[in-house]
Amino acid sequence: MEVQVMQDILGKNDRIAAENQALFADKKIFVLNLMGSPGSGKTTLLERTMAALKDELHMAVIEGDLFTTKDADRIAKYAVPVMQINTSGGCHLDAPMVQEVLSQLVLDRLDLLIVENVGNLVCPAEFNIGEDAKGVVLSITEGDDKPMKYPLVFKESSIVLLNKVDILPYTNFDMAAAREDIHTLHPDVKLVEVSCVQDTGLKDWYDWLRAKVRAKKG
Amino acid sequence: MHEMAVAEGILDIALDYAAKNQAEKIGKIGLRLGEMAGVETESLEFCFESLVKGTIAEGAELALHRMPLVGRCRKCGHETHIEHYNFICPACGKGALDIISGRELQVEYLEVD
Repeated sequence: MEVQVMQDILGKNDRIAAENQALFADKKIFVLNLMGSPGSGKTTLLERTMAALKDELHMAVIEGDLFTTKDADRIAKYAVPVMQINTSGGCHLDAPMVQEVLSQLVLDRLDLLIVENVGNLVCPAEFNIGEDAKGVVLSITEGDDKPMKYPLVFKESSIVLLNKVDILPYTNFDMAAAREDIHTLHPDVKLVEVSCVQDTGLKDWYDWLRAKVRAKKG
Repeated sequence: MHEMAVAEGILDIALDYAAKNQAEKIGKIGLRLGEMAGVETESLEFCFESLVKGTIAEGAELALHRMPLVGRCRKCGHETHIEHYNFICPACGKGALDIISGRELQVEYLEVD
C-alpha cells in the first residue's frame, strides 16, 4: 500500500525555529547565526565586536562548540552574557538546542544576539535556529575556491566577512576571483574585507550590525 | 555529517505515518531531494541503514526523486535551471535568481504492508 506523506524532513527543527523567531520578534532582538570553518576567526571577530559595541548595544552571545568552553571563556571576559552549547560531537547547532539555552538568558533588554555556530562550512547552513540573518566568516588561508566548493553557506548568508586580509600578500589567494564567485552565488550579499589585527573593515561590519538592530527595533 | 540528523528525521516521519496506517512493515520511502539540498546520498543511506535496525523500516529502500535547481529572476521574471551555482540571470544579465525549486528535503510517500 502506498501512503502519501509530503513532509519536510527537517520540519521538527523548523517548527522550533519558528518558535524562537516569534520570541525574538516579540523582544525585538536582532539575531545573527555566525558560521565559518574552524580557525576562520569567528571568535576573534566577536571579541572585537563586544569590545567596540558593548557600551552602545545590549548584546549576548551563544557559543556552539563540540566539547569545550574555550570560546565562551574568551567572550565572558568582555562582561557580555554568554551561553555555551556543547553539541558532544554534533557538527551543527539546531533550533531545539538554542531554545533550551534561551530560557537562561535575560532577553528583555537585549538588542543583539550573536550565535557562533560550530566551526563547519557544511552542516550549519542546513539548520535554521530562528535567526534574522546568517553570516559567514571565510579567512584568506582557507583559499579562494571555498565559496564554490561550499555554495550553500554563502547562498544562505546575508553577509560574508573575508577575514585576515592582512596576510593577503603572503598567500596566493585571488581576491578578485573570490569576490566574483561570491557575487555569482549571491548577487546581493554584503561583502566585507576584514582584518582584526589591522582594524580593516570592522567599522563597516559594526555599521551593518547597527543598521540591522535599528531595523529590528522598528 | 548532518546526514544522521536527516536520517533521523526520515525515520521519525516514516514510523509516524506507518503507525497511522497500521502498517507492519515499511518497504520503501520516497524522498524528494533538491539539487542544492546539501545532502550526500551515500552518507545518508549509510546513516539510515544503521538507524533502522530493529524497526519496521529495517531493509526499507530509499527512493530518491531529485528536483532540479531552478531560479526565477527578480528583475525580468525569466525562469531557468541554475548552472554552476550562477545566480545571475542569464536572460537580462542583471537580476538575481530566487530559488523556486532545488532546496527540497521531504518525505513524499511510503510503501507499507
